[in-house]
Amino acid sequence: MAAISVVVLGLLALAILVGPWVWRVAIDDIDFTARLATPSWEHPFGTDDLGQDLLARMLYGGRISLAVGFAAMAVGLFFGTVVGSIAGASKGPVDAALMWVTDLFLSLPQLPLLLLVIYLFRDGLKAWVGSEGGTFILIVLVIGGFRWMPVARLVRAQFLSLREKEFVEAARALGASKLRLVVRHILPNALGPVIVAGTIDVAAAIIAESTLSFLGLGFPPDIPTWGRLLYDAKDYLDIAPHWALFAGGAIFLTVITINFIGDGLRDALDPRKVM
Amino acid sequence: MGNYLLRRLVVALPSLLGISLILFVLLALAPGDPFGELASNPNIPPEVREALRIKFGMDDPILLRYLHWLVAMLHGDWGFSFASRVNVDTLILQRIPATLYVVGSSQLLALAVALPVGVLAAMRPYSIFDQIANTFAFIGFSLPTFFTGLLFILIFSVNLGWLPFVYRADIHATGWLWYWENIKQAIMPVAVLGLFQAASYTRYVRSAVLDVIKLDYVTTARSKGLAERKVITRHVVRNALIPVVTLVALQMPTVFGGAIITEQIFRIPGIGSLLISAILANDTPVIMAVTFVFACLVVLFNLVADILYGWLDPRISFR
Repeated sequence: MAAISVVVLGLLALAILVGPWVWRVAIDDIDFTARLATPSWEHPFGTDDLGQDLLARMLYGGRISLAVGFAAMAVGLFFGTVVGSIAGASKGPVDAALMWVTDLFLSLPQLPLLLLVIYLFRDGLKAWVGSEGGTFILIVLVIGGFRWMPVARLVRAQFLSLREKEFVEAARALGASKLRLVVRHILPNALGPVIVAGTIDVAAAIIAESTLSFLGLGFPPDIPTWGRLLYDAKDYLDIAPHWALFAGGAIFLTVITINFIGDGLRDALDPRKVM
Repeated sequence: MGNYLLRRLVVALPSLLGISLILFVLLALAPGDPFGELASNPNIPPEVREALRIKFGMDDPILLRYLHWLVAMLHGDWGFSFASRVNVDTLILQRIPATLYVVGSSQLLALAVALPVGVLAAMRPYSIFDQIANTFAFIGFSLPTFFTGLLFILIFSVNLGWLPFVYRADIHATGWLWYWENIKQAIMPVAVLGLFQAASYTRYVRSAVLDVIKLDYVTTARSKGLAERKVITRHVVRNALIPVVTLVALQMPTVFGGAIITEQIFRIPGIGSLLISAILANDTPVIMAVTFVFACLVVLFNLVADILYGWLDPRISFR
């Protein structure tokens, strides 16, 4: 399943990256004679309520959805690795305090807080770096900022077992500094499971971004991310179901392939689970 | 047990304080001034604005402001909703039963599906049933709730016309009809939320049961001649449930997130849809209060999980 998923996800990514050069229809090409058209040769995915071509919009939106997913994953992995490394490398109160913060963040209601942060900071950041960039940075930071906790726990657990291993002790005996021990010896060995967790995080981040857009609080209306397409489509379910089905199908396909890849990676890297 | 409960309560308090601190810091860091609108109003002289700022303590040190805010929250003084012109606490009390009703029944549904399916799948790992269950679980938690919600509406409301897709609090019917209408309109939201959760719970239950089922005491129970049914229900499931309870408690933030989405799709008058409409109406006191209520609910359910722990594994409560 994981192998098929890699192929499907690769095709999807290729379509999103190359698609706009092949399918040369503008995303904001309004055509009132073809409103809410069902799929045809002219518009393979049909059109929306303004007669805009859905295939072009989905290709464009897919770029944003995937970019948000990967960027948020990177932010989450970065924070998680930093917090987990500090907690794992230090003993005593620092470790305890960091783990308390991690547990606190784990028990936060994420979606309400996500909405709250976006509501509070949206306008300020927009004024600072512009509408599109501001929303992108905000969404990536916020989604990543609420997904670092499992990574931090994972990294800390790896550190706790790795720092007692012989090769670390050998490096310590050779006089390596604490920083060098952590960065050169422990961290590279701790990253395996982190990468698996990161794969699943991409899927979670894509869902989170689509959720925000679906609630009408993500990207501005002129940027058709997949969640935004669904949000616009939900009022036309009875007359134009293809609109919602294509956008939702794309999210589903991306998420399930990423989940399958993550699952396959975990099976491959962790032989204990396979019985 | 009473002692244990008290200890858990004492542990829960700092996390509530932490959450309130995070909320307050967010509010304080956010750009924009609650009195900004007054500044642009030419009818209000600057002296009045200054007096208002001092009255509401806007220039006090931040820690003092936090304390004031916390004391006000504890007194139940949650502010006044600008959009609906009522006190925030009455507004939330009106809305909270619908949310708890939907979330509660969806959790029951999720467990009712996940427990038997997970246990059966783990009893015969890699059988056909296990593989089918696994595939469905994968599909289930890869389908975001907002998409399943729309799919359900499309199939059951638009195409088949069986179920209403707008949730109504004021149903004009009496007696059995009233109950029937209420159940009918709750089916779709509960199913959307419950099946999504059931998918991930099934995987938890399966792996927890797999961990337990090979242990020696299960073999002992079998060799004593206990019926398979009894071995599974009394010896395997009870012990397998302990990690499942943790994972379910950890899922609570996600559950309430899902509740916001389903409430929005099916227009259920709960606190989730209240949050969204408050955000769209820039109604800051309501937004803060609802977020805080969600945080409290999560902490509360973690507490419930702790109590369940003590019941499932009595050793924990004696420690």
